[in-house]
Amino acid sequence: MYYDKLIFEISTDNHVGYSLPQSNIKPHTLDNTFLRDDELYLPEVSEVEAVRHYTNVSFKNFGIEKGFYPLGSCTMKYNPKINQDISNNPAFHLHPNQSLNTAQGNLEIYYETQRILSELSGLDAFSLNPYAGAHGELVGLMIIKKYHADNKDTKRTKIIVPDSAHGTNPASASVAGFDAIEVKSNEDGTVKLKDLKAQLGDDTAGIMLTNPNTLGIFEKDIIEIAKLVHEAGGLLYYDGANLNPLLGKVRPGDMGFDIMHINLHKTFSTPHGGGGPGSGPVGVKAYLKDYLPNPQIVKEDDTYTLKTNDKAIGQISHFYGNFGVYIKAYTYLLTIGKEHFKHIGQNSVLNANYIKESLKDNYKLPIKAICKHEFVFDGLKDKSSGVTTLDIAKRLLDYDVHPPTIYFPLVFKESLMIEPPETESKAAIDNFISVMKQVAKEAKENPDLVKNAPHTTIVKRLDEASAARNPRVKYRDLL
Amino acid sequence: MSKIKEGLLYTNSHEWVKVEDDFAFIGITDYAQDSLGEIVFVELPEVDMTVEQDEELGAIESVKAASDILSPLTGTVLEVNDDLEDSPELLNEDPYENWILKLELEDKNELDELLKPGEYEDICE
Repeated sequence: MYYDKLIFEISTDNHVGYSLPQSNIKPHTLDNTFLRDDELYLPEVSEVEAVRHYTNVSFKNFGIEKGFYPLGSCTMKYNPKINQDISNNPAFHLHPNQSLNTAQGNLEIYYETQRILSELSGLDAFSLNPYAGAHGELVGLMIIKKYHADNKDTKRTKIIVPDSAHGTNPASASVAGFDAIEVKSNEDGTVKLKDLKAQLGDDTAGIMLTNPNTLGIFEKDIIEIAKLVHEAGGLLYYDGANLNPLLGKVRPGDMGFDIMHINLHKTFSTPHGGGGPGSGPVGVKAYLKDYLPNPQIVKEDDTYTLKTNDKAIGQISHFYGNFGVYIKAYTYLLTIGKEHFKHIGQNSVLNANYIKESLKDNYKLPIKAICKHEFVFDGLKDKSSGVTTLDIAKRLLDYDVHPPTIYFPLVFKESLMIEPPETESKAAIDNFISVMKQVAKEAKENPDLVKNAPHTTIVKRLDEASAARNPRVKYRDLL
Repeated sequence: MSKIKEGLLYTNSHEWVKVEDDFAFIGITDYAQDSLGEIVFVELPEVDMTVEQDEELGAIESVKAASDILSPLTGTVLEVNDDLEDSPELLNEDPYENWILKLELEDKNELDELLKPGEYEDICE
């Protein structure tokens, strides 16, 4: 059933959700200067009307709990309900200013999460404080900057970023006050060593890399890259966006990285994409430990306490960041357990390669190598019908599949970037493959059906250009 | 097949240049507008701003991507096409008629580095 109401539209005069007893306190009248000119318009609904409204609205949403969600570079894995149950426990809901001896349990969760992330990543110390991935990048770059400044090495102003990197990398470098220098990639998105060598010098502050890269290909030369960058006096920053396939198998610290961030909301199964706040912990090798943001949570004897460090880059969050997210990630870490982490990497890689090989006769596969957790098609193999990647994405909605990432990375004209996380069963993956084959078949036999998709959704093909050019963002404009 | 206009000079990054005495009009090519898709916003440079060749002059956002406009030449911005602020779609409708800015040239020798229509056509293939 099509539900298109706003809460204001179902408002009826004098409908209330509950009634309170008559107050025996005399009303206090505010001075006119503090009052609104016109009365505040609030919807008036009963409890059941409010509940029905929001339940109906929720049916219009598509999320990981409704269907397959192969959004490249986002690691849209299912978030187990136990994470939510534990974080909802009121015992954890403390005031950030209460005394530390009454918050030992929460501090233990913070400390233990840091410790497990260290073990998984091969970096010696962590701070969970950054609020999200890009915030983690900024913190990491501020550490690089402070480290060089403390060594009186202030001519190091350049951060090298491959042209296939995530867009946030050069942006973060710029915000941190560095010049972002682009290094060319090979066809499969790996770093061109010759180009890298030409860029390195005594002005190199560091390099930012994702491994596997945006095309899902493992950077085989990483040991050589680390050696070159270190010899030039620069540091290596690992963007944790693509950490999922490496879990329990390979550690960024062992590859030679000095600093990294982790997206708890991707790799460690806390909700994202409108479902909850992010969290971007930053890890460093031991020699950079003192630069981590304040406050640092440490264990002294058997007590958890806060430490502020003069060498630190400063404080970068209110209190301790998004604590609710740490509870969910910590629950996930313990639920999976040390010995099973490698299965996450293995299964996400298997899923991606299985889809890639199953669809390569229908979709153009520019990089044929074994991929890690994700890969990129360059549109349909047979483009003669004029059906584009956008049309395919829209048609997938008719089959209850969330479209993959489209038109990114920019190295191909019709990119379709597919990441099927480890939480999907073979049946779910097979269903996706058959839907993709069906769409390719339709594109050939009945292209207009695909070009005009979606047909079964509440709203049909949106006019994205008008929505961006003349956005209508007030509900009254929509009525 | 995208249109390439005779009498203009081109860049690898899909800008066109129309030279008139010591000035040049600069815009984006048909290939550029077609690749970007429906354009929703054009960030214009400030008048009187000086730019180096290949430096960022502004940006174009479409429903698909955001892309920088790189200055084909060194010079000073004399005028910008204000119509694009309210009607960015003009670049989709006629990319060669709707110039983005007018530049006062500093070094006419730089013109030799730009591509002729035939050379630009090779890039677009």
